[in-house]
Amino acid sequence: MSSQPHYTAYHPKWYRRPVSVWWWLERWPYTKFVLRELTSLPVGYFALLTLWQVRALVEGEAAYNRFLTRLESPAFVMLNIICFAGVLFHAFTWFHLTPKAMVVRIFGKRLPDAFIIFLNYVGWIGLSAVIVLIWMRA
Amino acid sequence: MPKSLTPLLWFLFSAGGTVAALLFPIHFLVAGIAVPLGWLEAPSYQSVLDLAGHPLTRLYLFVLICLPLFHAAHRFRYTLYDGLKIKHLTILIVTVCYGTALVGTMAAAYFLLGRL
Amino acid sequence: MTDTITLAIARYRPEREAEPTFQEYEVPFRQDWAILDALNHVKDQLDGTLSFRWSCRMGVCGSCGMMVNGQPTLTCAAFLPSYLPGPIRVEALRFFPIVRDLVVDITDFMNKLKKVKPWIIREEEKPLSEGEYLQTPNELDRYKHHSMCINCLLCYAACPVIGLEPNFIGPAAIALAQRYNMDSRDQGAAERLSILSGDEGMWQCTFVGECTEVCPKGVDPAGAIQQYKLTGATHWLKSVLLPWASK
Repeated sequence: MSSQPHYTAYHPKWYRRPVSVWWWLERWPYTKFVLRELTSLPVGYFALLTLWQVRALVEGEAAYNRFLTRLESPAFVMLNIICFAGVLFHAFTWFHLTPKAMVVRIFGKRLPDAFIIFLNYVGWIGLSAVIVLIWMRA
Repeated sequence: MPKSLTPLLWFLFSAGGTVAALLFPIHFLVAGIAVPLGWLEAPSYQSVLDLAGHPLTRLYLFVLICLPLFHAAHRFRYTLYDGLKIKHLTILIVTVCYGTALVGTMAAAYFLLGRL
Repeated sequence: MTDTITLAIARYRPEREAEPTFQEYEVPFRQDWAILDALNHVKDQLDGTLSFRWSCRMGVCGSCGMMVNGQPTLTCAAFLPSYLPGPIRVEALRFFPIVRDLVVDITDFMNKLKKVKPWIIREEEKPLSEGEYLQTPNELDRYKHHSMCINCLLCYAACPVIGLEPNFIGPAAIALAQRYNMDSRDQGAAERLSILSGDEGMWQCTFVGECTEVCPKGVDPAGAIQQYKLTGATHWLKSVLLPWASK
């Protein structure tokens, strides 16, 4: 369907309130949202850290041990604790958001959100246990 | 050719977010905190190398690294738009964000699939 | 016992000021009064120049949406006792141009709504002799909450993307598009998808989720948009991987 030329009425006296770049500090839900989005940084950090660990592994035993030693330094431990908290926050908010985005229907009835969240946690704990088991056997 | 890559980027964002949510906490806890602080003993270099050499482990590590990189790139891009209102710098932001993710993916492929 | 409460109302008279200013009014405090009743008291007894919209005063028409203490609210559904001790800050709905006092212009939204084609689209209408289109309760259940939208625009006032990207089609319009996409009688999903997968469509949404929080009718626009993203992305994937399968 073709769109006809659409002229915006000229209303210079209508007041348009400016949106500050600090809009996200004005209300707590907005601040919570930006904090949630900023978890992308700790997530990216850990992905790169894992990549770096793989590289150290490939470069040989000396390089790998150097990497492990570096991780023990107080600076890295502090950074890792903070980023770990960020990754946890990502996980929790992600589990609570998934039922909104993916609606699961059984026999035509929508499964309640709380149940989907519960399934997420179960999967999370289950997978974590499997990984620890594999790692322990190494 | 589809007119926009946004749906693909969103898929990568969703998959990466799920991988990060389900798997990052335990990996981070073990590798980033428990082992450096001595709560858990690190396995020997040889046993780690053996475990990592297995094709399934290599594939697992590749997914573990690359999908969350794209998730982070996509999310950070929009955080910059909304949080700092710098959407006019979109070309720079897109290049830096997805560029980093792409370089990380290529590096991961090189180490995991080429060198291990 | 309080017998009055203060309302701080953002006045804007374009003929004599360049910006809104606050003016305070003391109104009787009654347990069963809504903010709308207080506003009407101001207009009837204190200051007849105050301009604002209202109609049904029972939360079904969507006319009386305003910012109350910074929160998008239907003033007919917000009661004075919840706002003690006051003062209660009342301003025009956010992210819309203010015409006067508490009245905003919503033409922009009306254009966006038309764009998504919020009506049943059929390739071919059934002849009358074949009877009605039948729909099971489960089929109705899929979209019913989205159909409850009263176009009050509280979701637009809550959505930061609307504030940052005025071209964004917005929560209510996309929720209404989904209401028709998910209606078993509708055949226009492809048409709406091509409109909403563009720059101003669903991909602008970053799932802040405030739209669903402020919605007075439980429409859940955030959920509608995220589900639409999944549908849109799946459709895109199919068109790339199996180009011969799509239309």
